[in-house]
Amino acid sequence: MSTTEVPNRQGRFGPFGGQYVPETLIPALDELELAYRAARKDPHFRRELHELLHEYVGRPTPLRLAPRMSEALKVEVFLKREDLNHTGAHKINNTLGQVLLAQKMGKTRIIAETGAGQHGVATATAAALFGLKAEIYMGLEDVGRQSLNVYRMKLLGARVHAVESGTRTLKDATNEAIRDWVTNVRDTFYVIGSVVGPHPYPMMVRDFQSVIGIEARRQMLKVAGALPSHIVACVGGGSNSMGIFYPFRRDPVRFIGVEAAGEGLHTGRHAASIQAAEPGILHGSLSYLLQDDDGQVHPAHSISAGLDYPGVGPEHAYYHHTGRAQYRSITDQEALSAFHQLAEWEGIIPALESAHAIAWVIKAREELGAQNARVLINLSGRGDKDVDQVFALETKSGHRATSHPGEGSDA
Amino acid sequence: MMSAIDSAFRQARAEGRAALIPYITAGFPDLAALPGLVAALAEGGADLIEIGIPFSDPLADGPVLQKAASAALARGIRIRDILQSVKGVSGQTVPLLFLTYINPILRYGFQDFCRDSQVAGIQGLIIPDLPWREGQSLRHMAHAQKLAVIPLVAPTSTDAHLMEIRRARGFVYGVSVTGVTGARTRVDHGVSLLAARVKSQVNLPVAIGFGIATPDQARQVGQVADGVIVGSALVDAIAAQPDKAEAVAFRFVRNMKEALTNIATKA
Repeated sequence: MSTTEVPNRQGRFGPFGGQYVPETLIPALDELELAYRAARKDPHFRRELHELLHEYVGRPTPLRLAPRMSEALKVEVFLKREDLNHTGAHKINNTLGQVLLAQKMGKTRIIAETGAGQHGVATATAAALFGLKAEIYMGLEDVGRQSLNVYRMKLLGARVHAVESGTRTLKDATNEAIRDWVTNVRDTFYVIGSVVGPHPYPMMVRDFQSVIGIEARRQMLKVAGALPSHIVACVGGGSNSMGIFYPFRRDPVRFIGVEAAGEGLHTGRHAASIQAAEPGILHGSLSYLLQDDDGQVHPAHSISAGLDYPGVGPEHAYYHHTGRAQYRSITDQEALSAFHQLAEWEGIIPALESAHAIAWVIKAREELGAQNARVLINLSGRGDKDVDQVFALETKSGHRATSHPGEGSDA
Repeated sequence: MMSAIDSAFRQARAEGRAALIPYITAGFPDLAALPGLVAALAEGGADLIEIGIPFSDPLADGPVLQKAASAALARGIRIRDILQSVKGVSGQTVPLLFLTYINPILRYGFQDFCRDSQVAGIQGLIIPDLPWREGQSLRHMAHAQKLAVIPLVAPTSTDAHLMEIRRARGFVYGVSVTGVTGARTRVDHGVSLLAARVKSQVNLPVAIGFGIATPDQARQVGQVADGVIVGSALVDAIAAQPDKAEAVAFRFVRNMKEALTNIATKA
């Protein structure tokens, strides 16, 4: 299972990636790449980031067998607990790295896009820690749906801009953040929240999130005495999944990326850009993209705001293209069911995003059981943020999402 | 071999003025208006015309052009229809350029898009999210169809970038400010520096765009550049009186043209 090291010098992951941005930003991307490559090798930078992750975020996060889930499914399942990070998800691994870099580069202003607000909160947190001013772009739809996260960002000293253009969601917030960056490029650092965007972002965000996989590899060897046979993680833009996959890339481990099938792939209301597999360019890189026949970007849909994005990171497109990873999809209903199931099995309420990964393992339990699989799931975030939404949904529909068919006795 | 773009700049220079390059969004206020608008712009004195193909995520555009693109897309505009409409007017008028983003072209197919644009009578392409370093394969296919791919230069651009675009065709699109399209209250003082930098290194005409809204601003920019590009202010004027789009466009361009021509007579 050899994998050529990517990206190449042009920021390409095979045919994917690149730098499709206005000419104004090219010098800024070159400056960023230079600064990042230097920081990556700089022992001071590495030590400072390591200490922050240890003392501020609380890393390393635990990795442990999920005993009741394993017993119920008759599959050995391990959970990597990114939900236990400060701010409740893996997002902080990346924002601390980027904001530390911004500070080293002498940038005085931090901007970011956010969907549901998780990356916005993680960016505002890192900016507060360094005493920097953060401005967060968020679609007007999301500002309405996620008012508590808007308040969290404000508590942390950030300014939140409600974006009224286009579909008023994450994709438009990203457009607006790029427009801000084009305008204020000289003093502003753009903290991108996933393994998307123009080179060097997909590489840099992957590297910052790789701390997940580096820890998990060591922990699996210690806890299970062996590597996992499968690693399962949800994929929106793809940063938690790439973060756990990447350090295992040369190991005989199968990677399963789980996309959001929303209301079903056949309905067109989903966020499964790799399932659709149409090459397209959005927000600076060539990857797979939900779009119509004229290349107009198609709005994504998922119950989970963190997966509700019409694109996906170029390295995932590359992994799909080369077959290094398999990509599957899980519907809103299946994710909701897994949300309940994990809470009851393990006393852990997962983020709706992470519930997609849980749901796939539940769905594939027979196939996994037959292979004697040892499955590692990246539990990328905690579900506290989703409790209100799920409660409202179930109150409205009059019943809770049922546990997975065949799992009734465990419910 | 002189292209229609080269001739248009040469003609303006012979008249001692900068070329005037208005921009309109295809499908705004509707696609049926396109032929009449192009004719009105040409009659009002445009030397070249940029026709925008709407894209859902125009990250280099400010609010005015975003709204125009959204309105056109909401009416269900299709690229094939735009090509068809353009085919009806090109050739009777000044050189036409398409301005659009890279994804619609990628989706259409680079080769097919270049061929169909050429067949429709288009002379060049402007793609704000295709920087020079990513543009090689599209340029190759465009050149095979005698289409120019217009390079952009920003205030942040390096000398190395200026060296690279010496190989470009058509003209250089100088972006007047770091920012997105849209009217601004005054001309950035960096414009003359930008124009001078390009002229000192690249043997192509340089046209300046982004933020030029009034005849006075056009006059200022026309003193330092070979061309003046006006987009948002024109589209905004059309948006204010969509039922009189042609008359508005004609007057707008005529006023701009007079401002550019007056420098010539004074000089």
